[in-house]
Amino acid sequence: MAVLGPGPARFWSGFTMVLLLLTGSSRTRDVLTGHNDTWREPSTATQEDHDPDPHNGTNSANHRKAFPVLAFNYGHVRKPFEISLWILLALLMKLGFHIIPRVSNIVPESCVLIFVGLLVGGVIKAMKEKAPVLDSKLFFLYLLPPIILDAGYFLPIRAFTENMGTILVFAVVGTLWNAFFIGGMMFAVCQIEAAQVSHVDLLSCLLFGSIISAVDPVAVLAVFEEIHINELLHILVFGESLLNDAVTVVLYHLFEEFSHAGTVTAGDAFLGVVSFFVVSLGGILAGIIYGVLGAFTSRFTSHSRVIEPLFVFLYSYMAYLSAEVFHLSGIMSLIACGVIMRPYVEANISHKSYTTIKYFLKMWSSVSETLIFIFLGVSTVEGPHNWNWIFVIFTLILCLLSRVLGVVGLTFIINKFRIVKLTKKDQFIVAYGGLRGAIAFSLGFLLTDNEMKHMFLTAIITVIFFTVFVQGMTIRPLVELLAVKRKKESKGSINEEIHTQFLDHLLTGIEDICGHYGHHHWKDKLNRFNKTYVKKWLIAGERYNEPQLISFYNKLEMKQALMLMESGSAAKLPAVSAQKIQPQREAAPQRTIPRIPKTREAEIRKILRANLQKAGQKLRSYSRHDLFMDPFEDDVTEFRFRRQRVEMERRMSHYLTVPAKRQETPSVRKVWFEPEHKVYTYDDSESPGGGAVQLKPRPSDTSLLDESPKSTDRSPTPQSEDQSERQKPSRCLSDPGPNEDEEGSSFFLS
Amino acid sequence: MGTLQSSPAPAEYCDLSEKTGFSFEQIAVLHKRFKQLSHDEDVLRRDHFSEIPDLASNPIRAEITEAFFDQRNFSKNGKGKVEEIGFEEFLVVMSHFRPPSQHMTNEQRENVRKEKLRFLFNMHDTDNDGTITLEEYRHVVEELLSRSGALEIETAKSIADAAMLEVASISVGHMEPDEFYEGITFDHFLKLLAGFEIDSKMSIRFLNMDTITLCK
Repeated sequence: MAVLGPGPARFWSGFTMVLLLLTGSSRTRDVLTGHNDTWREPSTATQEDHDPDPHNGTNSANHRKAFPVLAFNYGHVRKPFEISLWILLALLMKLGFHIIPRVSNIVPESCVLIFVGLLVGGVIKAMKEKAPVLDSKLFFLYLLPPIILDAGYFLPIRAFTENMGTILVFAVVGTLWNAFFIGGMMFAVCQIEAAQVSHVDLLSCLLFGSIISAVDPVAVLAVFEEIHINELLHILVFGESLLNDAVTVVLYHLFEEFSHAGTVTAGDAFLGVVSFFVVSLGGILAGIIYGVLGAFTSRFTSHSRVIEPLFVFLYSYMAYLSAEVFHLSGIMSLIACGVIMRPYVEANISHKSYTTIKYFLKMWSSVSETLIFIFLGVSTVEGPHNWNWIFVIFTLILCLLSRVLGVVGLTFIINKFRIVKLTKKDQFIVAYGGLRGAIAFSLGFLLTDNEMKHMFLTAIITVIFFTVFVQGMTIRPLVELLAVKRKKESKGSINEEIHTQFLDHLLTGIEDICGHYGHHHWKDKLNRFNKTYVKKWLIAGERYNEPQLISFYNKLEMKQALMLMESGSAAKLPAVSAQKIQPQREAAPQRTIPRIPKTREAEIRKILRANLQKAGQKLRSYSRHDLFMDPFEDDVTEFRFRRQRVEMERRMSHYLTVPAKRQETPSVRKVWFEPEHKVYTYDDSESPGGGAVQLKPRPSDTSLLDESPKSTDRSPTPQSEDQSERQKPSRCLSDPGPNEDEEGSSFFLS
Repeated sequence: MGTLQSSPAPAEYCDLSEKTGFSFEQIAVLHKRFKQLSHDEDVLRRDHFSEIPDLASNPIRAEITEAFFDQRNFSKNGKGKVEEIGFEEFLVVMSHFRPPSQHMTNEQRENVRKEKLRFLFNMHDTDNDGTITLEEYRHVVEELLSRSGALEIETAKSIADAAMLEVASISVGHMEPDEFYEGITFDHFLKLLAGFEIDSKMSIRFLNMDTITLCK
């Protein structure tokens, strides 16, 4: 730690404090019986650089019934206290991980977290205490859903559906192959005399195989997110890890039932196949039902915006739990719910709620992931182990082998049906990215307690450690070595969006001409069905007519305006900061924007502020439109925004000419064409196109325009731009959203 | 999936196959479809296209139909439009949608990309002057939005404008204050959609049969 500066050093000392507090608190579990006891022992056990118990002193007098000035009652808050302490520890670890830059470049976060878990487990064990283990109930009910919901809600739909066939084949056939191969071969291995495990029968081996075979979404997410691999590979591995849950669930329950029964009949196997379809399709159905319910509910939330995010979370969680009730695949249910709900909910809720949902999901999934890995470490140190060299080594080898064989074999078949074939490099990454994680551990934990279970658990943990540590750490240099295509920087280019849509329609048309009912044809039909029937029910107001291109454009404009706003300070020119952020877009206009003298700015600001206040007095009701208008909000942002827009108009006007056509003169007022986007702005009243009232801010705008050396005759369309751009912020912009936007364009909206 | 067939292929298929790269099977299938569309005539006309029911709900059906009659798509130096097309022209237009085969050199791949982008460019550039002007681009966006309820001209305009602005800044970059951007030339178009992976996106799976052609 010598190389760290004062900041990290302080951080680390604080962290050790928390760590010791944590171990101290778990120690007191047995010591404390009730209230008003002195808390002497832990304070002697812990270091003396802090005093965990400020409340000692007055408690020791038991004879006199003096009024206790200070009392100590730890048992009362023990459980929440410990939980909070654990979570705090997890988060501090995450923080610490990023403070040390060298570590984060070499070691993926998951490794560090497991390592910390090992440390904490070791410390707790050294104090001869019982550590909290990764209880399966805790894992499956509380820790896993946030991660899956986060993944499902922000799933890139287009990539996912385009590769759906491949993903399904990998998930279903691949996992089946893995399970049976590993199970079968392990049974063969167990027959070896030297292993002394010949008591393990075939069914138990198959059960073990089914547990260890599934690729784990948590581990994949944790590792792949850091290596920024191209979208195709990411969605292949990740999609596989999500969809194989159904297979895992079925196989697990199947073999568990049978290992109690002892024998398997053909009828049972058939029932198993049927069960697979029931589990997966039932899970998806449950998700769809809840998703539709959630979307429908969000239609009516315009009057209580603050609870909107809760609906999303709760409906999704209910979907998960309901699926778990019937032993359906909870993960698929959750994914289906998120996917179905998202386009409609996003059309209905306010921008603030959207940001809230995004941040909360990210936050929860982050915490969950961290906790999972730490607990994994702790459980490793804690759990009863039964180390059997041959068993473990062979498990490891067979896992790798079966994965490689499976991927190569399946790709060979799949490539016959794909347009974009998977190259050898892709196959390697897919095979190498088959990480195992906490799901395998938890499933193993659920087994009935016997000696075999401990052996299995040991092997599972070893495989998990190997995949997370070795594969997780080496995948990044390998990706660079093999020069695998990286994730494209998302540009949000309007041209690409236009052409994506154009191509969609073009290809649908060509398919129709060919008379071939292909991929595009069905997609188009689904979109049309969605538009005519579904959207009417699930999207509030008139918004359901809004085509995707427009919403994309709105989002883009808003994002850019927000970025401009964020980066520019009051006095700085927008162009300069915009240059930093969007060099590709704003490089040209930089030199054309003149400086506005500060006094002028102040004047303009005063005028606009006056208008804003006037408007604020007029409007009382809290509606979606006026989230913008909250007089308590920072109104500096308001006219900064307007100023940006004016700048943007001016820039646009330089490049776009409609030769000789000057239909739009500044005096023409266009009607607000999207009624729901009607921004009841500072100057406006209810009436659309209230021309007279709008004149107030006009002087400031036109005066700004006049200021520029480029005269206004070059701007045929500034007013219409202004108006159209004015529509954008209606979906509110109080907080600067995150710059990287993972939303893929949904193919449901069109 | 080679060229095993039950009946011998007509000689003309050989030429067509060489020209367009389709296999005999594909040509046979497309020929059948051609006959179906043209009611067993030898040529296709625009009204035949308007009879296709599914095409009616396509927002850009006019452009698609026009693309089939655009001579620029038949050969490199073609110009102008025709009123009716034969099977060969039909096939040539269709060949723009063939998926790329795996064993192509980079140069061939680049050529395929250029061809496809050329096709798209021709679809946008309706007046054949070699550039996509703002008006033409606006028209494209309007058409795309035309199927979605009320035609919002203003939004279409602003979207098209923003798009042009983007093209301008990508292709030309730094511009003098009194310059204005004429329109998108083919080179700019190429640069614009450089990262678009057009060769895999602009393909119809149905036409994805390996085209090992054997001419007699």
